[in-house]
Parts: sequence; C-alpha cells; structure tokens
Amino acid sequence: MTGGSLLPFFQWCEASAIGSAIRTSTWAFAVIESMHLLALAAIGGAVLVVDLRLLGWGLRRQTVADVARDAYPWFVGSLAVMLVTGVALFLSESVKCYYSTPFWWKMSSLALSIIFAFTVRRRVTAADNPQIRPIWLKLVALVSLTLWFGVGAGGRWIGFSG
Amino acid sequence: MSAFCQWLATTSGSIALHESLYMYPLVESTHVLTLCLFVGLAALLDLRLMGLALRDVPVSEVAARFLPWLRVGFVIMVVTGTLLFYAIPVRSYHNVFFRIKAIMLVLAGLNAFVFHNGVFRKVFEWDVAPRAPRAARAAGACSLVLWALIIVSGRMIAYNWFDCDMQPPHWAFVAAGCEGYQR
Repeated sequence: MTGGSLLPFFQWCEASAIGSAIRTSTWAFAVIESMHLLALAAIGGAVLVVDLRLLGWGLRRQTVADVARDAYPWFVGSLAVMLVTGVALFLSESVKCYYSTPFWWKMSSLALSIIFAFTVRRRVTAADNPQIRPIWLKLVALVSLTLWFGVGAGGRWIGFSG
Repeated sequence: MSAFCQWLATTSGSIALHESLYMYPLVESTHVLTLCLFVGLAALLDLRLMGLALRDVPVSEVAARFLPWLRVGFVIMVVTGTLLFYAIPVRSYHNVFFRIKAIMLVLAGLNAFVFHNGVFRKVFEWDVAPRAPRAARAAGACSLVLWALIIVSGRMIAYNWFDCDMQPPHWAFVAAGCEGYQR
C-alpha cells in the first residue's frame, strides 16, 4: 500500500472539524456529493468540447485555440468546484478512502490528468501551430480522455468498494 | 402502476440485475459518467444560447456538431436508466426523488421540444447575433436549471429518508404514493 506513514494523516483528516460535521449531518454529504456531480457534468463538457475538436469529431470550423480559450474558464471553474467538494467528501470518510484501492487509482489519475491538462494539452491548444501534425493532436485528446475517464471511473468505484 | 412494478420486480432479469455483483455497479457507473457527454455538452449548448460560452461560434454550428453526441448520450442514459429502474422497480416508483426526477425530465423534454419547434426554426436570423432572442436565452436557462435538478434528484434517489417504510412525513407519504405501497 502507498506508504503506511500516511495513515495517521488520514485519521487526522477524518477527525477534523469539517469531516466530523459532514459525517454527523444527515444532508451535508448528499448535498456536497450532488454539487460534485453537477461539476462533473460541467467539467465533462469543458474537457470533451476541446478533445472532440482535437479529434476532429466535434466543432470543426473553429480553431483549436478558439475552442480551448472558450472552454478554459468553464474547465477551471468546474475543476475548482470538483476539488473543493471532493476534499470535503474526502474529509468525511478519509480512513475508508485510505483503504480503498479505487481511491488511489482516482488520485493517481487525477494528478496525471491535471498535470497533463496544464502542460502538454495546454501547450498544444494554446496556439494553432501548423507544425503539429493532426495525429499528435488526436493522441493528446485520447490521453486526456483516458486520464479523465480514470478519474471518473475510480471515483464512482469508491462508492462500491468497502 | 404499482402492481406493474411489483410484477416487474418478480421477473428473473430484474432479480439477476439487482443481485449481480458487477452488472449493477457497471450500469450505474455508465449512467453517471455519461453525464459528462450528455449533460456536459447540453450545458455548453445552453450556455451558448445564453451568450455565456462559445460566443463566436454560430448557434446552428454548435447545435449541428453537438446533436449527434447528445443523441448518443441520450440513448445511453435512457438504456442504463431503464435498467436501473428495472433492477429496483418498486422502491424507485415509490421514491419521492425518483418522481421529482421524472417530472423534471418531462419538463426538460417539453422545453427542448418548444425550443426546436419555435425560435430555433429561425436560427439563421439570429445565428451570430451577440445576444440571442429572449425565447432562446430562456430555453437555455430553463434547460440548465432542469438538468441540474435532474442530476441532484437522481443522486438523491439513493437515500431512503422519505421511503414508504421509513414512516415519512405526510407530504412525502402522499407524494410517493405510499397508500398503494407493498414491499
């Protein structure tokens, strides 16, 4: 497992005031989870519109850079909501997460997704560079979609495990 | 309808799906993750109508490029959603949140129908306008709100707060049709 020394930190998270408050409330978890899902739909749209453009399967008459620029605020905004609500959900059941394999998949995919989105993908979509061949654009889209799918699938599976 | 659901629950397919270790979670995960495709792209179209995203792209272009994906997403949603209901028919039918979701779905369908047969018919008159007609902006806003409510009520179906066998408050007892409820 990922470093036994992390368990005390997870226990501390679970004992935190926010974690306890969410756990003892009837509604809090459900409401935060719903917000997490609303942001999931939003971030899904913001990621898909750009990746479909890169694949040539969505918007076609607009440049990649135009579509990426339009989607960016929605991507960053929904990612922020995802992270805030996600941390809150995590605090309410940190120890369960610690022992959940899908949780670690999700966190690994999430780290890779965010790094990829703000480095390679952002570079490729920042300006239309005719020197980048379409095959590379498609590859970037496929990597992005695969990584984000890992985050979503891992996240959903946390609820089914343990 | 309640009797139909009770009969449905006795069919072997319903029992198999309900008790399956992997099929039910897989169907549910597909239902949830297809939100990205279906509601995510629909929301972008709504935001375009409201002038809040993809402002430089003609509305007809956004609609034409997104509609094939929205159709795919819609079919996946309906198939997986029907299977989820099929696995747990009686409890779903007598669940307040399920009923709210069903009503919102009908309203969202009506909203889309009115939009497509109304202001969208003359889309080429306002395709690139910086501000879409009021009817189009309203359709976008209604759709966004309805789909948000559908997502939230859909998520809440999982909670049994107001289930008929939980001694629900009177309003929930009536709204969930607990009078005709049999386990």
